[in-house]
Amino acid sequence: MADETKSNPIGQVLASVIVAAMVGIAIYGAFLWAPNEKTMGFLQRIFYFHAASGEVMILAFCVVFIGNVGYLIRRKPQWDWLATSGVEVGLMFNTISLVTGPIWAKPAWGIWWDWDARLTSTFVLWVLYVSYLLLRRLIENPERRAVISSVFGIFAFLDVPLVYFSIWWWRTQHPPPLIFKSGGLSPQMLQVFLFSMAALSALMILMVWQRYELESLRHIVEELQVESEYRNQGGAK
Amino acid sequence: MNHFGSVVAAYMFIWGILMVYQFTVSRRVSNLRDEVERLKETLGRGKSN
Repeated sequence: MADETKSNPIGQVLASVIVAAMVGIAIYGAFLWAPNEKTMGFLQRIFYFHAASGEVMILAFCVVFIGNVGYLIRRKPQWDWLATSGVEVGLMFNTISLVTGPIWAKPAWGIWWDWDARLTSTFVLWVLYVSYLLLRRLIENPERRAVISSVFGIFAFLDVPLVYFSIWWWRTQHPPPLIFKSGGLSPQMLQVFLFSMAALSALMILMVWQRYELESLRHIVEELQVESEYRNQGGAK
Repeated sequence: MNHFGSVVAAYMFIWGILMVYQFTVSRRVSNLRDEVERLKETLGRGKSN
């Protein structure tokens, strides 16, 4: 077996430094460079990472979808590892958007939560991908686990367009996108938002990369354990 | 409107969850690396016997 346990430490350290610098610049932009919004004032600064987390969550679940479809077509475990890694990271950004939303909503709307189409579909998305991870724990056979979770993942992904387009398709408490509308965000605000999105996307890619490494190590451990058991039963004689 | 506390709470949550997740992934990777080394050593000893 080739030594797959050795990752690319220089590459990961370099990527981590770049991502940390991008995130630092995004925080600086959100707090010190972007102007105060007229109606909400300082509170609006939650937007830069709340909305960016929502966008990055969708990107992560697109990675999951690619992994799920890739596994069903190619039947190689690497696609399944990619999907699982994307689910965990996507769920984290999903949680961020679900928690920071109400923190912003309470002072802005006067309520923590509203069961409108955007908020409900985002919550359903969270439930679906938590179920995806729970489902994986219930199935021991790796191939069966990968097939069933890929099919379930494709089904779960059906909710992603609903989340994204819900603010266009239905009347919602959640505001429609103001990003590229005239009278929406000022140029400085837009720059900070786009940079925050780039920084969180880079962070998501780095996290999926590290999480993928974990899956590949788990696979190596399983293989070595099988080999060890085989030897213990006298197979090496 | 100021709501400094809400902004701080939101950002603390964001960086808190990201750091906790990153820590757990790093710890799991490190544990698995140790496990791989341990199993390789065991198998290596088995070969030499």
